[in-house]
Amino acid sequence: MIELADVHKAFGSNRVLQGVNLSIPRGSSLVIIGGSGTGKSVALKCILGLIRPDSGLITLDGKDVTEGDRDAFLARFGMLFQGGALFDSLPVWQNVAFRLMRGSLKRPKSEAREIAIEKLRRVGLKREQADLFPAELSGGMQKRVGLARAIAAEPEIIFFDEPTSGLDPIMSGVINDLIREIVTEMGATAMTITHDMRSVRAIADNVAMLHDGVIQWTGPVSQLDCSGDPYLDQFIHGRAEGPIEAVR
Amino acid sequence: MSWAAAFLAAIGRPVVGALALIGRLALFALDALSHFARPPFYFREVLQSLMTVGYFSLPVVGLTAIFTGGALALQIYAGGARFNAEAVVPQIVAIGMVRELGPVLVGLMVAARVTSSIAAEIATMKVTEQIDALVTLSTHPMKYLTVPRVLAGLIMVPLLVGIGDVIGVMGGYMVGTRTLGFNPGTYLKNTVDFIETLDVVSSLVKGAAFGFIATLLGCYFGMNTGRGAVGVGRATKSAVEAAAVLILATNFVLTSLFFSI
Repeated sequence: MIELADVHKAFGSNRVLQGVNLSIPRGSSLVIIGGSGTGKSVALKCILGLIRPDSGLITLDGKDVTEGDRDAFLARFGMLFQGGALFDSLPVWQNVAFRLMRGSLKRPKSEAREIAIEKLRRVGLKREQADLFPAELSGGMQKRVGLARAIAAEPEIIFFDEPTSGLDPIMSGVINDLIREIVTEMGATAMTITHDMRSVRAIADNVAMLHDGVIQWTGPVSQLDCSGDPYLDQFIHGRAEGPIEAVR
Repeated sequence: MSWAAAFLAAIGRPVVGALALIGRLALFALDALSHFARPPFYFREVLQSLMTVGYFSLPVVGLTAIFTGGALALQIYAGGARFNAEAVVPQIVAIGMVRELGPVLVGLMVAARVTSSIAAEIATMKVTEQIDALVTLSTHPMKYLTVPRVLAGLIMVPLLVGIGDVIGVMGGYMVGTRTLGFNPGTYLKNTVDFIETLDVVSSLVKGAAFGFIATLLGCYFGMNTGRGAVGVGRATKSAVEAAAVLILATNFVLTSLFFSI
């Protein structure tokens, strides 16, 4: 289980997280929604240790994430970045097998390649595409490669940062279905950040809404439409009028 | 009073900024050096950096050295003629290239070619979250990106300086023997007889120092880039400017250390 307790983070005078409390049970899929700049990515990066929170406690299975063996901690995670974050200088298969070619999970090159090709097949890419470079792929394909990389080492926990941003509706649907299938099949704990309500309904077991630096609402996805929370209602229906100030 | 305060602030702000930058750079350098001896080691990345920093810099270094050596021979001949000292061309070309121009020009060429490309590459990786991706894949960016490049700078730039020295001297030789009428055998003998071990050692030590500076600054400014294309552009520009200035300042310090009386 991942737990955030009273997590604060500010960048200069901009107080992004102002006491975030959240728990993600093992094997569940949580989607965090919220307006742009509300600190969703910051919260995610705090869990991974990419950003150090100013105060508060983040635990994984009861242990403070800032303590202990960092490599062992990170080996439990996979992450799909918003823009893919694929390494331009490496071919697709080496991007996918990156973790399998170095460090504690290192395997022989041929084995790592075969695993990479299998993961690429799992996300709907062909063997021939394994030797291309990321710049030679479309946006949708790059997302798929990022997804294949996130699951290559079969992590216990997978984070998805805006998995469908910049994709057409059909490709978004494909990626959403893939994420749901993979998370269910691997039994992984998943945390997703998105603005896309179709993604929320396709991926989430639970939903949390981040607003004004705190979790405004959290609950199962089935209660999303009957929460009675004016902030959540405004957000999921995309209304300009409501308690969330819309800049025109 | 307020005018005086504003004047002092205008002077103090850049000074404090420069001191802070030096402090951050020193910490970054210490951090990078501390990773040299700690596994894991990424040999493939080191080999790739050796090729990029060293082998692919050979054409620009060679061309710079040969033209500089030739021009130096012409200048010394013309200047020496004013007091009947034209005969010292081989010696002065050799000492000028080996002690000073070889290492400095190679250092500046490496700053232009290598520092800029390292800074732009790493800065782009930073703004596209590739550095964050490295961390999530249990790979330390300092070990994977900085150590191979700085190691390549330390190994390859002294070699480039050595090659540049030889090509520069040969540039002087070609001009000296074909244009200025020197006897080829005498020119070479005078060159070899005049160069001392300390000259060569100082040249190579300068090369290693300049290689360290050029690659380290590329990595530092790349890792600390601002956002977007503007951030990448600024990081690249700042890296090259800082590397060029620091190379020239270090050259002065090393020359003082090696050749002070």
